[in-house]
Order: sequence, then C-alpha cells, then structure tokens
Amino acid sequence: MNASGNPILAVRDLEKTFGSLVAARDINVSVPAEQTVGVIGANGAGKTTFINMITGHLTPSKGSIQFEDKDITGLPSREITRLGISRSFQVAQVFPSLTVFDNMCIAAAIARAHGDLFGTVTTALRSPAAIAEAQATVELFQITRYRDTPANTLPQGVRKLLDIGMAVVAWPRLLLLDEPTSGISIEEKFDLMNVVMSALKSRKITVLFVEHDMEIVARFADRVLAFYDGTIIADGTPHEALDDPRVQELISGVRVKPGAGAAHA
Amino acid sequence: MAVRSRLAGVLAFLMAAAAAPLMPDWVVSLATIAFANALVVLGLVVLWRAGLVSFGQALYYCIGAYTVALTARWTGFNDAFGLVILGGIGAGLIAGLVGALIARYREIFFAMLSLALSMILYGVLVKTESLGSTDGFTVSTPTFLGFALHGDKLGLALYWLTLGIGAVAAVLVGIYFRSIAGSLAAPIRDNEIRVEFLGVSVTRIIHVKVVIAGVLGGLGGALAALSIGHVDPAMSYWTTSGGFVFVTILAGAGSVAAPFVGSLVFEAVRSFAVDALPGLWQMTLGTVLLLTILFLPDGLGSLATRWRKREGAKPT
Repeated sequence: MNASGNPILAVRDLEKTFGSLVAARDINVSVPAEQTVGVIGANGAGKTTFINMITGHLTPSKGSIQFEDKDITGLPSREITRLGISRSFQVAQVFPSLTVFDNMCIAAAIARAHGDLFGTVTTALRSPAAIAEAQATVELFQITRYRDTPANTLPQGVRKLLDIGMAVVAWPRLLLLDEPTSGISIEEKFDLMNVVMSALKSRKITVLFVEHDMEIVARFADRVLAFYDGTIIADGTPHEALDDPRVQELISGVRVKPGAGAAHA
Repeated sequence: MAVRSRLAGVLAFLMAAAAAPLMPDWVVSLATIAFANALVVLGLVVLWRAGLVSFGQALYYCIGAYTVALTARWTGFNDAFGLVILGGIGAGLIAGLVGALIARYREIFFAMLSLALSMILYGVLVKTESLGSTDGFTVSTPTFLGFALHGDKLGLALYWLTLGIGAVAAVLVGIYFRSIAGSLAAPIRDNEIRVEFLGVSVTRIIHVKVVIAGVLGGLGGALAALSIGHVDPAMSYWTTSGGFVFVTILAGAGSVAAPFVGSLVFEAVRSFAVDALPGLWQMTLGTVLLLTILFLPDGLGSLATRWRKREGAKPT
C-alpha cells in the first residue's frame, strides 16, 4: 500500500438525488494507489450509485471526483474509461457468440485504439500487439484452456474471469468490480478471488470491489467502506469496519472474524 | 485459408472480366445489373452483421441513380466513371444525414424508419412532374475517358466498370471487416452495453456502417442507371428494397464475395423463371428463398465455408 503522495482517487461531498430520493450523500473518500477497497452495504445502500458516479454512468448532483489529480466529475463514461478507470459487472458482460480469445482481443484492440472513431476504422483488430496483449491477459487470468471456447458455453466462474480480464486488458490504474463473486458457488468463490486479486496485484491496479460475502471482504480487502442509506457509516481496515457495531447491526447481521480462517487474537 | 480465398476471389474476378467478350449481350447486361445490385447487397451485409436490417436501401440506390441522371441532364457531364463516383458521394452524404437519425434505432424500428425514408423519396419523385413523375426519364449515354461507345462495346465497358468498382468495393469492405470498427459488428449484436463500456460509441460505429452501406447503395444505383439507361421512382419503392434484402438472405453475410454470387444467382433465376414460367416467376423466387432459409440458413456463401471445412477435415 502506497499511502504517501496524492491519492489516486479523491471523492468530496458526493451526492446523487433522483427527484426527492437521495441515493447518495456526503460521500468523502480518498484512496491511495494500489489499495484494495471492499465496498459493503445492503441492497439500495448506495454502493452501485457510488460506483456508477465514478465510472461516469451517473452524473453526481453535487460534489467532485478527482482521479490522478484530474477532475472527472460528470465526464462521459467513455472518456473516463480512456483515462484509466475500468469496471466489471455483477452479471458478466461478454460477447456470447465469440470465443474467449476473440472477446479478449476485441477489448485489447479497442484499448489500443483509444476509443477514437477514426482509429477504430483504420486499425486492424488482430494487430500483433493486440493479440499478444490478449494472450497475456488470458494467461494471467488462468483461462487458457478455454481460449477457443465460445463465451456462451463457459462455466459461470470462467465467464466472470473473462469479464474482469476484459476490463484489465486495457491496463487501467483503477478497477471497479461490481460483485465479482455473485452467482458463483461458495466453494468456487475463494479460488476465483485468488486468481483475480493476484492478477490485479501483479498489474499494480487500485481496486474497489462491491461484495456481499463478508468472509471474502475480510480476506481480500485492505480497507472497507460500509454504506448505509446512501452514505459511508464506517471506513477502516476490515477488522475495524466489520467490528463496528453499526455495521454489524445494519449490514453484516452476524459477526465475522476479519482475516477469516486466520487465528484471531 | 485466408490466402486461398483471396486467391479464389482474384481468379474469379479475372475470369469474369476475361469471359465477357465471349458472352452474349443479354448475359453481359444481366451480369452488369446483378453486380450493380450486389454493391447494394454488400452494404446490407455490412449492416446485417451488426444485426441491422434496412428495408429502405432503395433510398440510396435511387439517389445514386438520380444523381447520375440529373448531373448528366443538367451539366452535360458524361464521363461514366465520374458519374458513378458522384452517385456514391451523393448517396453517402444523404446516408450521413439519415445515419444521424437512425443510428440510435435497432431491429424493427431501424428497418421501418429506413423504409419510411425511402418511401418519402418515392413520394416526392412521383409528384415531381419535371422529372417525369412515375415514368422517370432517360439517362444520356455515358462516355468513357472521352470515348463515346455504342452497342455491345458500351455494354462491355459498363460491365467492366461495374466489375471493377465491385472488386474495389469488395476489397475495401474486406479491409473494413478486419478493422476494429468492422469487427465490432458481432459484439454489437451480442452485447451493446459491453461495447460501450470498452470505450466505444455504438451509435457512432453504426452511423459509419449506415454511411458505408449508403455509399455502396449509391454506387450500385449509379451503375444500374447507366446500364439501364433510364431512371424512375420505382428505384426507391419498397419492393426494390425488399429485393435487396431477399438477395442478402440468399447470399449470406459470410464473405464479401457472397453478394456478387448471390445477386448473379438471383438475376439468373429471375430471368429464367420469367421466361419459362411467366405467370409463376414470383412463386419460383419465393420457393428459392424458402429453400435457402430451410437448407442454407447462412446463405449461398456458406457453401464455400462448408466445402472448405470438408477439405480441411480430410486427412492429408
């Protein structure tokens, strides 16, 4: 964790209202580079609204978002993607009729063309650089044996890995994962998160991940943001945040030992 | 494999060019019309791959044709090559405007909006008496780089012009299909949201496809106008658009060569059916389409793919 220097992401007084409904309010967070942040909260607590404002899919009603000292508040999502923020989805968003490799190749090629329309018309999809990048990312996410399998026949876990891989192939500095383990069986969850997190660490990516499974959060997050009623009610190490009585009462329901599995003094 | 199919394309082109002087006139003119229409179909294939069907491609066909006819009539400019290029540009400009509107629509809405726009042009032309209303008017005979040709020589020259422009268009569209924007057709059909999240505007990509299809439609219309020597509002009528969609289904979207083969088969079947079964030619065409959909859902082009697969499966 690199706490020195400027934060990679700084959010100030962020607020989002839909008519009279306040979806998010008074959000203040500053994330140092290479930190892995778990975002928890019940449904409707504002987690996804928060993520959507950072990625530009919702325009904040108030407040500001700084990414690497650049004000990205209200920028369109395509521009934010180009600046170095990628995201994955709760329901894996892949191209079902294409193979794993073709999916990855398209993501790699677009990232290299910088999303510019002229560039996309004049650049070949299968440039040697895009192919190499796609192959490296397929290997990084350990899905090489599915390389030539059409995405619509993939097991759910592989599909998730592909979805996250397609976000990572653009070499983002900040990655937002919306429920990376949703729809995955309990036995597979930890293996999946191990693959994902070691891949992201190897590329020095700062991560914000939304997660409902407190054991996953405790194991993989450096820091936890707990959302309730549109705002952050706890912000600290997994230990501090998950031990917080308000978090236990309002979010996790039951007490989970931070660093699950490890001996807790 | 890619090298082999390219080689096959070059061979087919050379044979089609060399065989022309040996063919009877009516075959040359049938092939000219078939290849001119194939350009329009190639444009439909560009849209088709992204899951879009235009039931109004006759709009660009008609604009290309009228651009040629009116330029020749008003300015006296008569060079075939120049006129065809103008037809493509004219249709491309209109497609640029139309695209700004319809690139946001999908499926039936895209299909019906394009149909509506082509029918507006039809309506305007029918009401324009100075342009001959439903009768249209005659296109003056073009010259080729300053040479005035007549009879079979004119027919041959138009055939070669059509074949040449068709080949250039096929090569360029082939390059486009291998570009990022061209390769995004299947992803757009599959999952637009993901394409947007990768940092590309789907609307802009589709707008480009509409313009490419428009230019191709215009080139086809321009060549058809020169070959037929006459333009009329029926070129913008919905049955004309329907015919192009018919050929697209017959040909399939598998390759850039398929529209040319499909269009030739279509014109051949139609002229034989009209000759042999005058009262039943529509039924014959309908049966051909039905059989294609049943047994070759990916079109005639998929025959080549199947054959190649069988070859590849053979032990060597």
